[in-house]
Amino acid sequence: MTSQCPVCDATVTLSDSAEVSEIIACTDCSTQLVVADKKGTDVTLEEAPAVEEDWGE
Amino acid sequence: MVKIGLLHTTIRGDEKLLIETARQKKCNLEIVDIRNEFFAPGKKYRWDVVIERCVSTVKGKYAIAYFESKGIPVINSLRVASLCEDKFLTSLELAKNNVSTPEFAMAFSLEQAQNAIEHMGGFPVVVKPALGSWGRLLAKINDNDALEAVLEHKTVLGTPPHGAFYLQKYIEKKGWDIRAFVLDGEVICAIARRSEHWITNTARGGKAENFRVDKKLESICKKASNAVGGGILAIDVIQTSSGYTVNEINHTMEFKNSEIPTGVSISGAIIDYCIKTAKL
Repeated sequence: MTSQCPVCDATVTLSDSAEVSEIIACTDCSTQLVVADKKGTDVTLEEAPAVEEDWGE
Repeated sequence: MVKIGLLHTTIRGDEKLLIETARQKKCNLEIVDIRNEFFAPGKKYRWDVVIERCVSTVKGKYAIAYFESKGIPVINSLRVASLCEDKFLTSLELAKNNVSTPEFAMAFSLEQAQNAIEHMGGFPVVVKPALGSWGRLLAKINDNDALEAVLEHKTVLGTPPHGAFYLQKYIEKKGWDIRAFVLDGEVICAIARRSEHWITNTARGGKAENFRVDKKLESICKKASNAVGGGILAIDVIQTSSGYTVNEINHTMEFKNSEIPTGVSISGAIIDYCIKTAKL
């Protein structure tokens, strides 16, 4: 599956098992992206949310 | 077929591994982004067990409390999450259970921090947020000038939790420390994290390599796990001249970069633990 990076417009390749809310990196601009929506092979990517203070292990 | 609810606030590589493994093991897995949910009495869920994998500690703890209130076992439990999310509470529990851990204190003013440091044997100390992760906002304090500056910044610039100064005696790591992956008190594998910086978190650039688990590491990790309530834990340990000492315990461990160096399917072990818990 492919989609467009919302930051640099590069084509981003995702595995067929990509899940909504999954974090991936654009291989062109390295921006952290999130799978915002997925309908079949139609995937929408957005910039991933910024790390918040309570994030972690 | 065991029904597992996997709660998250984002799906990282770790969650992907859990999802794939659960499906391979023929579990009925439902993936729930809790940001798209509301939690209130009266709602019904059909899960046998919940695994909480929220990167947001605050949101995750509320989710744990909610599903425990419904009688569904949650991995990890509210007790484990509450103790492990807070480094001071973790330290208290370790000390109470005679688990070796660096000397520590909590203070709320510069003067009391100075008194605490004297009580602990002097500088250097590490100031850490009691609630924090990924090696962020750690300060190695070598003298009183630095202590004054850091505590003033925390007090003025931080939210109220930053006004609670968790202090830990600095322990020389000699460039590496250990992360043990512990399930139900048993060490399934461990990595050494190497860095030229004193902060060895892999999130801060520390490199992971397999670490051969010995009986003493198994013993201290079992005691530490029992102290905080068990479950699936990543226990950070420092090897000192007088033996192992537990630095801190993580209750929503990241493990995706540790499966290859250790050769252990940590995700497989976690799902097996979920299945075992569901069947209890």
